[in-house]
Amino acid sequence: MSKVLMKGNEAVGAAAIEAGCKYFFGYPITPQSELPEYMSRELPKVGGCFLQAESEIAAINMVYGAAGAGVRVMTSSSSPGISLKQEGISYIAGAELPCLIVNMMRGGPGLGSIQPSQTDYFQATRGGGNGDYRLVVLAPSNIQELVDLIIEGFDIADQYRNPVMVLGDGMLGQMMEPVEFKKKEGRKLPEKTWATNGTGGKRERNIVNSLYISTETLEPHNIHLIEKYKEITKNEVKVESEGLEDAEIVLTAFGTVARVVNTAVKTLREKGYKVGVIRPITLWPYPYAEFKKINPACKGVLSVEMNHGQMVDDVKIAVEGKFPVHFYGRYGGAVPSPKEIVDKSLEILGGGK
Amino acid sequence: MAVVFERTKGLVDVPTHYCPGCTHGIVHRLVGEALEELGLIEKAIGIAPVGCSVFAYNYFNCDMQEAAHGRAPAVATGIKRTHPDNFVFTYQGDGDLASIGTAEIVHAAHRGEKISTIFINNAIYGMTGGQMAPTTLIGQKTTTSPTGRTVEHSGRPIRMSELLSTIDGAKFVERVTVTTPAHIRKAKAAIKKCFQAQIDGIGFGIVEVLSTCPTNWGLPPVDALRWLEENMIPYYPLGNFRDESKEAK
Repeated sequence: MSKVLMKGNEAVGAAAIEAGCKYFFGYPITPQSELPEYMSRELPKVGGCFLQAESEIAAINMVYGAAGAGVRVMTSSSSPGISLKQEGISYIAGAELPCLIVNMMRGGPGLGSIQPSQTDYFQATRGGGNGDYRLVVLAPSNIQELVDLIIEGFDIADQYRNPVMVLGDGMLGQMMEPVEFKKKEGRKLPEKTWATNGTGGKRERNIVNSLYISTETLEPHNIHLIEKYKEITKNEVKVESEGLEDAEIVLTAFGTVARVVNTAVKTLREKGYKVGVIRPITLWPYPYAEFKKINPACKGVLSVEMNHGQMVDDVKIAVEGKFPVHFYGRYGGAVPSPKEIVDKSLEILGGGK
Repeated sequence: MAVVFERTKGLVDVPTHYCPGCTHGIVHRLVGEALEELGLIEKAIGIAPVGCSVFAYNYFNCDMQEAAHGRAPAVATGIKRTHPDNFVFTYQGDGDLASIGTAEIVHAAHRGEKISTIFINNAIYGMTGGQMAPTTLIGQKTTTSPTGRTVEHSGRPIRMSELLSTIDGAKFVERVTVTTPAHIRKAKAAIKKCFQAQIDGIGFGIVEVLSTCPTNWGLPPVDALRWLEENMIPYYPLGNFRDESKEAK
């Protein structure tokens, strides 16, 4: 298939349909509304169903019902709407239902702004809902990767019976880039023998549930979830890195900001510095091990984010105190410029050469 | 020897957790019988709420999902929209449906979702220990209205059947009770009609069942039945509020 020019939000929709998702439950919110709009046009054509719910709370619970009945299903929103979905996400994680949730992040807290941001890193990776659970969090930095991760995200969800979140931002949702819809890789997906779609008189009845009222039943369920999360951590880490072995400084960023960091890295290298880059693609599981490849003589690691410093906590965990960890962020919808990142890097390196 | 009475196949053969004298047991049986008699057990997917009937998934003999508090109609929507040929019902109490889940029930009705809802109204929160509900009567003492509910503080009790019957998508709305054999027969007829409306693809249906909570009302079971008749029925009149089923036409 040849490349087509698509807006991020619409590319998400096309990728989901390509992945065999025929059901979408959502609620309008800027900057992701093109996605529900696209789905309302396209899903009926493939015999699917788009439904605009009365709220984000209802939408995620519709996803719970549909996922529990065994179909590929998704929802999307942006930061304040994702907050409303947290209750349902926790129940989905507890009941082990596969589904895809897209968050095109905007500035916060509260209503914040409609400009792009990365302020929901904690919420996505630490669990905004109650209870000890994990989402697989995928963070693309361009539209092609967004498309690829949407398609693979459904498979990951089905393979592990776990909700998957694709964490983009307003920039990624709104911009246009050429994309190609590539064939899915061949994961072995289990049959959904647990789904509640009517016994048909052919099997025992199924129950979809997150309630384990006694300690004797909840603790084994928790242990089962922990084992599953260990398995995901072992198998599903995705990261891109380069130049770590002889780096004087390592820059790390995810999503949109990683693109700006790449420009800053070019400038720094032109000035003669040895610069390493780590771009986490999965934010959970986090690519902690990648940071072990850093040159022991490295002067510091700089995390660049569009927030007050969230991923930087994971960077600190990853470097285990071996290097000074620095942070540079812009807030409220502002995007760090390459020059700002270069200046901050030079400060860490001890001035210009 | 001829069998004249047996357990309905619509219920699982297990003891329930309900308090002695609670009418949940009667309503469960009626729902189970309706599922069986309409041939729905194998295609049914039920949704249990949060509240006293949270464990309903252990009792109805069909596929079941357990929903978050108040969200059963949204969960049911997700199932029915992706499995239109299945039979989907919710079983919810008054805290679940008339308080935290008002948006979900109103909009499921508003969209005309082809689902059926059994709504247990016992004028109190049972599972959490007898707190005031939106359906608690004026003057009724609960653990969060210790001197009795007042209009000034909490408004008047909400009448969900009347409210829902104003919505065009709601095609079958009836309030029943189960305090006498005659009422139980009428309740069963209403539940079957409600279910039939879904089978016929007519639209949203709900049966509100005025129920007792002897434990949290602080009354012996028989007194609780009388209390319901003397206090709840005058405020929550029994009867059909909307019937656009095939049978009615």
